[in-house]
Amino acid sequence: MEMILALAIGVLTGSGVWLLMRPRSFQVIIGLCLLAYGVNLFIFSMGRLYVGAAPIMPKGGFVDPAAYADPLPQALVLTAIVISFATTALFLVVMIASRGTTGTDHVDGKEREQ
Amino acid sequence: MTPAAVPEHMIIAPILIPLIAGAIMLFYNDRNRQTKLIMGLVAIGLMFLSSVELMQDAKSLTDQGETAVRMYLLGNWPVPVGIVLVLDRLAAMMVMLTSLLAAPALIYAAAGWHGKGQHFHSMFQFLLAGVNGSFLTGDLFNLFVFFEVMLAASYGLMLHGSGPERIKAGLHYIAVNLAASLFFLIGVALVYGTTGTLNMAHIAAQLAGLDDAQRLLFHAAAAFLGIAFLTKAAIWPLCFWLPPTYASASPPAAAIMAIMTKVGVYVILRLSLLILGPQAGASAGFGAPILMIGGVLTMAFGMIGILGTPDLTRKGGYIAIISSGTVLTAVGFAQAGGGAEVLSGALYYLIGSTAAVSAFFLIAEPVSRDDTGTDDQSQTTEPAGERLAERWEWTPMGLDTVEDTPSPASTRTVSWLTMAICFSLIAAMLAGLPPMPGFIGKFAILRGAVEGNIGLSGQLPVMLWIYAAMLILSGLGALIALLRFGMRRFWAEAVPAPRILALEVVPVLMLLAMILLMTIRADAVLSYTRVTAQTLLNPAIYRETVLEDAKRVDATPPQNHAPYEPPEGQK
Repeated sequence: MEMILALAIGVLTGSGVWLLMRPRSFQVIIGLCLLAYGVNLFIFSMGRLYVGAAPIMPKGGFVDPAAYADPLPQALVLTAIVISFATTALFLVVMIASRGTTGTDHVDGKEREQ
Repeated sequence: MTPAAVPEHMIIAPILIPLIAGAIMLFYNDRNRQTKLIMGLVAIGLMFLSSVELMQDAKSLTDQGETAVRMYLLGNWPVPVGIVLVLDRLAAMMVMLTSLLAAPALIYAAAGWHGKGQHFHSMFQFLLAGVNGSFLTGDLFNLFVFFEVMLAASYGLMLHGSGPERIKAGLHYIAVNLAASLFFLIGVALVYGTTGTLNMAHIAAQLAGLDDAQRLLFHAAAAFLGIAFLTKAAIWPLCFWLPPTYASASPPAAAIMAIMTKVGVYVILRLSLLILGPQAGASAGFGAPILMIGGVLTMAFGMIGILGTPDLTRKGGYIAIISSGTVLTAVGFAQAGGGAEVLSGALYYLIGSTAAVSAFFLIAEPVSRDDTGTDDQSQTTEPAGERLAERWEWTPMGLDTVEDTPSPASTRTVSWLTMAICFSLIAAMLAGLPPMPGFIGKFAILRGAVEGNIGLSGQLPVMLWIYAAMLILSGLGALIALLRFGMRRFWAEAVPAPRILALEVVPVLMLLAMILLMTIRADAVLSYTRVTAQTLLNPAIYRETVLEDAKRVDATPPQNHAPYEPPEGQK
């Protein structure tokens, strides 16, 4: 499971960084999304990996902390998802505005001279 | 906790006041700009009063020889579990600086800019809430949240007024900051993975117990966080986004964004001295060489930039870069054991230069307004047509009665003359000429560095010579660039003076008054920053005060130890 998760994070982050460097604004936004997914998985994995363990302890009980998953990274991931979703949506609006005012989807607002 | 001179809940006031004010403004139609303006000014006034109280509190704490730190438990959970706000002298100082810069920017906006787009006032208040939150929080992830509040508001303010140039610069600005935020998250996650906590004081305490493999990962985390904050603080080579962004933002937005660069500097200052300071054992001084070398290169880059660009607002961006570089290098020296005097001078310089950069952005637009295109303004990178069109459409909305005085000619001349004097004073401040605070700050930095090193080792390290040279050279560069512009604009040009509203002169005068007050009361400010620097270089005070609460929790036996029995009927 560690290998699969590590590969997933690596592939997502690698593709994200590559797309972020591309000249089209659509590629940049997809790159940012992929990068955000990679980072979210990474935060999640920092609470260590558990299989079949609940993150919330039952009411009234404090039994064995080792039997439960770490809830904090899950809360952090939730916040990070919301924030990156909102800011990416804002970026999309600016991107469309830029497309409208400049007439091109190049990130610099003009095509590179051939 | 000692009996407080101010109510305990005062610490959260600088965050709540702008947040609530901004939220209430959303209920009003955007046409009620004057109502919103008054609400905004009242909110900033309240914020200023609370920051004065907080600063008195922080000062009295140190004067009594007790802990220099006061904290506030958000949600009343004990420390390592819950999120905590921490007030110390540095945080109080920065909150006060924010409220002092906010009022002039808002008054300037009243001259017309706040009518150029929607929800200016709400976004302005949310930005202040985010900035104050970043200064006051004691939790790394909470810092991320406040950072994002601040950034989200700044995206809106940056795009305020619209226009192709702003949208283009805004696109780059948002992309750079989104990428930096992701770096921030990676760093936060790695810190949590290695130390198991996100409370800044607790991280510092846990650091001593890390084994080598974990320490390596922790250093990687620190490097990731460093990239995120240094991008915000605009260190070379991560500062390429700043000049175009600040140049194309509307002047009041750029003026308040001057404090945002300093949020990055503040976080670097706070974390590197608290966690990676001289007493951090195996991690002591991690990143200090980067700060020193990067800071000096940043100053060099800013100097070349300010001499190279013809556009006045872009010059402002490079000035902000020079100011960041100066403070970051001093932080690097302090982190490597350079002593409290260097840091004290740097803090003084930080206050003065931030106010000056803010004033510069406010003065840059009126001064270069109505340019006929005969001088260097024609070489701006922006399309001339768009610029001109924007000029012709300059119709101040809302408070336009101010300009319609019966004797426009004389007021124009007076305001133009005032602008010229203000410009030269700000230029002198930015160049570091005596008796402005720029000079006093640089002098204090150099004196502290020289005395500290001569006292310790009897000689000066090479790095310090380079820093001293760059401090003077960057000031000279700024002086040449601004004088050249000022002479051409105010003396050589025969064009009639442009219309400048009183509302645009007053904010600049307010900031200048603050700068001059810093010269007159330099001893008081410097003694404040000196004690601040001493407490910053003794992070045990901060750490132990915050963690005292944790010890109390550990001492009480856990309740609720009864084994869990599922209720009947379930499972």
